[in-house]
Amino acid sequence: MMFDMLASGGGAPSTGLSAMIKDVLNASSVPEIFVPIMTVLTIVLLLTYRTWTKPKIAAGLALLFVAFYMWSATDPNFLKIIVKPDNVPITIMLVATALVTWVAFRQAAINDQRLERGEPLIESGADDKVLVWPDLVYTELICLVLCSVVLVVWAILLKAPLEPPANPTNIPNPSKAPWYFLGLQELLVYFDPWIAGVLLPTFIVIGLLALPYLDKNPLGNGYYTFKQRKFVIWMYMFGWVVLWIVLIVLGTFLRGPNWNIFGPYEAWDPHRPAALLNINVSDVFWVVLPEKTGLWKPGLPTEGIGPIPAFIIREAPGLVLLGGYFFVLPVVLASTIFRKIYRDIGFIRYVIFWTIMSWMFIVPVKMVLRWLFNLKYFVSITEWFLNI
Amino acid sequence: MSVFGNIGKYITESQVWGSVFRHGIPRDRRTRAMAVLSNVFLHLHPVAVRKSGIRLSFTWCMGGLTFFLFLAETITGVLLMFYYRPVVEYAYGDIISLRSHVTLGLLREIHRWGAHAMVIAIWLHMLRVFLTGSYKPPREFNWGVGVILLVLTLLLSFTGYLLPWDQLAIWAITVGSNMARATPFLGHEGPGAQLLMIGDVPLMHAGSDARFLLLAGTSVGPNALLRFYVLHCIFIPLVVLVLIAVHFWRIRKDGGISGPL
Repeated sequence: MMFDMLASGGGAPSTGLSAMIKDVLNASSVPEIFVPIMTVLTIVLLLTYRTWTKPKIAAGLALLFVAFYMWSATDPNFLKIIVKPDNVPITIMLVATALVTWVAFRQAAINDQRLERGEPLIESGADDKVLVWPDLVYTELICLVLCSVVLVVWAILLKAPLEPPANPTNIPNPSKAPWYFLGLQELLVYFDPWIAGVLLPTFIVIGLLALPYLDKNPLGNGYYTFKQRKFVIWMYMFGWVVLWIVLIVLGTFLRGPNWNIFGPYEAWDPHRPAALLNINVSDVFWVVLPEKTGLWKPGLPTEGIGPIPAFIIREAPGLVLLGGYFFVLPVVLASTIFRKIYRDIGFIRYVIFWTIMSWMFIVPVKMVLRWLFNLKYFVSITEWFLNI
Repeated sequence: MSVFGNIGKYITESQVWGSVFRHGIPRDRRTRAMAVLSNVFLHLHPVAVRKSGIRLSFTWCMGGLTFFLFLAETITGVLLMFYYRPVVEYAYGDIISLRSHVTLGLLREIHRWGAHAMVIAIWLHMLRVFLTGSYKPPREFNWGVGVILLVLTLLLSFTGYLLPWDQLAIWAITVGSNMARATPFLGHEGPGAQLLMIGDVPLMHAGSDARFLLLAGTSVGPNALLRFYVLHCIFIPLVVLVLIAVHFWRIRKDGGISGPL
C-alpha cells in the first residue's frame, strides 16, 4: 500500500535532464540495443576484473546502482513493475548476484596476482583445521537465524500475490511464466516452442551435467581464479549473465501487452501496433535475392526432384547454412582456434562440447540475424512442424 | 547463583540428561568432537574442517541456505496442507481464508518468498561451486546430483505456482506447459510427431502427448490441479530428499568442502 501511494503521488518532475535520461533508457530497452549493451558490459567487467573488484571501485559501482534504482523508483511506471510482488525476488536476485560475483572475482583477482608472484593462495594452508563445533556450527546457526528473520520480515512487509480466481476464458495480456523461466519465454520471440521450451532447456541441463567431464583443465580446483580457467569461466558467465539473467530482466521488466517492449519508464499500452513481418532464409534465397540480382527466376520451388520433396529443395539454402554451422564449423574450429581444446579433450568430448556450444550460441546468432535482417527461420518445414 | 548452579548440576547429572547427551558441555577438544559425532544431525559434518573452506567469503553459505529454505518450505508447506484443498471448487477460497481467518497468517507469504529465495540460493550455490572449480575431480558426480536438484527445485516452484488457482497461476502454468505440446516426437505439435502413425491413426494427439501426461487433460483444469498438488507435496519432495541425502553423503566421501589440492 505504501508503494501504491508512492506510485500515485511521488512522480518525478519530467523535465530537463531527468526526462532526457528516461527517454534514452526507454529507447534503449528494445532487445537489439539492450542485449548488446548488456553483453558488452559483461565482457568489459570480465576483462577488467582486477580493477573494478577493488573495494572502493566496487562500492562506487554499487552506490551508482542503488542511486539509479532509487531515482528510477520515483517514476510511477518503473515503480509499478519492480514492486509487483512476484517481481521483487528479481531485484533481490540481481543484488545478490552482483554481490557474490564481486566476492568471487575479488578473490580471483587476489589469487591470480598471488599465483603470478608465486605466493600461497587465499585458500592455502591445508594443515590448519578447525573443529566443526563451534566454528562451523555457529556460522550455520547465525546464517539460519538471519535467513529466518529476513524471510519473516519479507513475509510481513509483502503480501503474496493473489489475482482474481482462475478463468480459462479470460486470457491476461501478457501471459507470463514464473519469472525464473522468463529467459526461456523470451526465446519464444526467436524460436519455436520445441526449441525454446524443450530443446534449449534440455541442452542447458545436459551441458551442466557434462561440464565436469568436458573440462579437463586440472587447475583451479577448490579456489577462486580466473586466469587459470579463462575459457570455461567466459562461457559460463556468458550463458549465466547474458542468456539467463539479462533475458529474465528483459522478459519480466520490459515485456508488456502483446509481448511488445516497453521502456522502464513507459506505461503499458495494450493498443500499440504489433511488430513487423519476418522472413525465412528460403524467402531470401528464392525470392529476394533473385529479384535484386536477376541470377535466377524468383519464386519458391513447388515441385520436387525425383524422390526429393519440394519442401526440401525450398529449404535447401537454410539446411546448408545449418549444416555448415553444426557440422562444418566445428571441424574448422578444431583445426584453428579450438585446436588446443580438441587436443586436450579428444574426439568424443569435442562432439559433445560442440553440441552444447552450438545450441548455446545459436541463440545470440539468431537474435542478431533477427535484428539485422528480420530473419524468421533458417529452415521452415511446416509440414513436419520443424522450424529452426 | 549457587541455587541455579545446583539445579543445573542436578539436571545435567540426571539419568535423563545423560541418556540424551552422551558427552559433557562441549568445552574441550574431546567433548566438541563428541558433540558432532554423537548427534545424528550434526554428524553430517566431519569433526574438523579446513579453516579456509568454511569462510563465508568462500562458500557464501548458499548450499546451507538452500537446504535451510527447503526445510522451511517443508514445514510451512505441511502446515498449509491443513488449510488447502486441491479441488477447483475450494482451492481459491482456501487461499482467501488463509489470508483472512488464520491467526498470524504469514504461512503462505513465508512459503512463497521462501520458494523464490530457494531458487535464487541454489543458482548462487551453483555459481559458487562453478567459480571455485569445485565440480572438478573427484566431485564430478556430486555436481551432477546438484544439477538434478536444481532442476527439481525449479519444478517444485513451478508446480506450486498453480495451487492458488488464480489468474496468475493458471496462465503461468498454461504458458509453461504449452511447451510440452511441442516436444519432438512426444508432443502433438512437435516435430516428428506426425511420423508416429499406425496406419492413418496418429499416436500423438492432444489427448496422448507429453502435455497430456503433465496436465492429465488438454488444458489446465481440475486434473492438472490435483496432479500438480501431488507432485508438489509428495513426489518431488521425496525425490529431492533422497538426492539431498546422496549430495551430503558425497560431499563427505569426496573430501569435504573443496580447497586447493
